[in-house]
Amino acid sequence: MLRAGLLAGLMLAATPAHAFVAYVSNEKSNTVSVIDTDSWTVTKTIKVGQRPRGIEFTRDGKFVMVAVGDDDTIQVIDAKAQAIVDTLPSGPDPELFTQDAAGKTLYVANENDNTVTVIDLEKRARLGDIQVGVEPEGMTISPDGKTLINTSETTNMAHFIDTSSRQIVANVLVDPRPRFAEFKHDSSELWVSSEIGGTVSVIDPGKHEVIGKVTFEIPGLRKEAIQPVGIGMTKDDKTAFVALGPANRIAVVDTATRKVTKYLLVGQRVWHMAFTPDEKYLLTTNGVSNDVSVIDVAAQKVIKTIQVGELPWGITIAP
Amino acid sequence: MSSITTREVPRGFSFQEYMTCLTGIVWREGLRFLHQRERFVSALVRPLVWLFIFAAGFRQVLGISIIPPYETYILYEVFIAPGLVAMIQLFNGMQSSLSMVYDREMGNMRTLLVSPLPRGFLLFCKLLAGTAVSLLQVYAFLIIAWFWDITPPPIGYLTVLPALILSGLMLGSLGMLISSGIKQLENFAGVMNFVIFPMFFASSALYPLWRVQEGSPYLYYVCQANPFTHAVELIRFALYGQINWISLAVVGACTIVFMVGAIFAYDPSRGLARRGPAGGEG
Repeated sequence: MLRAGLLAGLMLAATPAHAFVAYVSNEKSNTVSVIDTDSWTVTKTIKVGQRPRGIEFTRDGKFVMVAVGDDDTIQVIDAKAQAIVDTLPSGPDPELFTQDAAGKTLYVANENDNTVTVIDLEKRARLGDIQVGVEPEGMTISPDGKTLINTSETTNMAHFIDTSSRQIVANVLVDPRPRFAEFKHDSSELWVSSEIGGTVSVIDPGKHEVIGKVTFEIPGLRKEAIQPVGIGMTKDDKTAFVALGPANRIAVVDTATRKVTKYLLVGQRVWHMAFTPDEKYLLTTNGVSNDVSVIDVAAQKVIKTIQVGELPWGITIAP
Repeated sequence: MSSITTREVPRGFSFQEYMTCLTGIVWREGLRFLHQRERFVSALVRPLVWLFIFAAGFRQVLGISIIPPYETYILYEVFIAPGLVAMIQLFNGMQSSLSMVYDREMGNMRTLLVSPLPRGFLLFCKLLAGTAVSLLQVYAFLIIAWFWDITPPPIGYLTVLPALILSGLMLGSLGMLISSGIKQLENFAGVMNFVIFPMFFASSALYPLWRVQEGSPYLYYVCQANPFTHAVELIRFALYGQINWISLAVVGACTIVFMVGAIFAYDPSRGLARRGPAGGEG
């Protein structure tokens, strides 16, 4: 802790970081808030379709894609003009999506249709659908691009999908209501959060087996209040940050021991998160308190909280 | 007490003589404090009990608000730390006033008051000495609190110093003003009941004022008018490198009023202090 404190002191003394731009989808106010990471203020609010949730930059950093569930489409925002310029053909009620490393193919989880839609990002055309479990949500792709992971909230499974054949090759049962999936950067482990189960399952992607579980315990909080959702993994794969929903905390997890080392207090119902590209800061969306908390990653300290629109859900930061 | 104050206060002392007097009084107070280990320990244990035990049960009291000067959500422990710092100074201020009563009862005060230097200066030295002692206690507490994850920015430990000196002087002079009216040591329990507790609880030390306002608007006004609230807020902002101007003005003004009042009250030729057998020298 002493070292962390000293580090924080040094970082305060250092020159200000390069400014990045973060886009936050506000599920209830149907807007996207643009945050400048230098001044930590909302610089623009963009009106989008109904119920925006999943949000991500294209790999080239030129566009922001946002899934507007109640409009059954994905809108494309030009990052320069900060205005909607196009839409992508998803299935009904798109929630979360992921893209391959090259940024050519987009995979969208359609919550109400039990399918994953495959979209060609260059042609902006729909390539096909993959049938998955009930209420698909969590989406991630393996670093080598060969395996797509989808978690289905009601089936309680992580589906392993071969991206070339677009067929499910394995299903791994996890704790109730899996919300989010994240690979380690070295592909050795897949982490899946279970909202109702209150755990994060660690899966061996080669064997398709749960090899460990991360559990959470916060003194003074009921077990039901701890609902793991978003997961953020540092580039060195040593530390994972897990958003605990209504527990209003981010758990800092040592990935080697799979034990929580610290809980950081953020706003209410913390949902998803995104690192700045330099990995100096981690931004979390706090749905009920309508704000975004900024975590100093090295010091493991919450340094600021910024007011955004109603029910902030997803967040993405320009590469 | 009257027997020692019959001659006029001579004028024209050199700066060095003033300093000799100041260091003498501060040194005595410091020695007295260091020799009373129990006092040091109890001065630390009191806020730590609040921090470790009381705070654990009151975590929900802050709700979901972000209260300036904080820029994000904080745990209750972090919120009450400045309040506990002010509590240390409050108790210390009252304790040095207690020692004034003791000195008077025991006759030690005669030694102090026979000094040819102006009485106002002597009392001011006494106040400074008490404040210096409170600073030792506060920084010891802040170091322990740091390990309890109460980690204000490093610069805050420096910027809080002037705020601590000012609030220490205010609470010390208030104690001195009160002690001038206390005849006997036993009456100190009354000070506890009528001064320390109401001041501490009707302030922003333990709960944010908007919470108090929710419960009772009248109590909110009482808290607003309580100088201790402003001492707490002054310390809170200073600990995070900021200045709360209103609190600074209130604490500054109260310090002047209490100090002038104390000097006036301790002047037997005009004073409010009742002279009688309890004075020890009467």
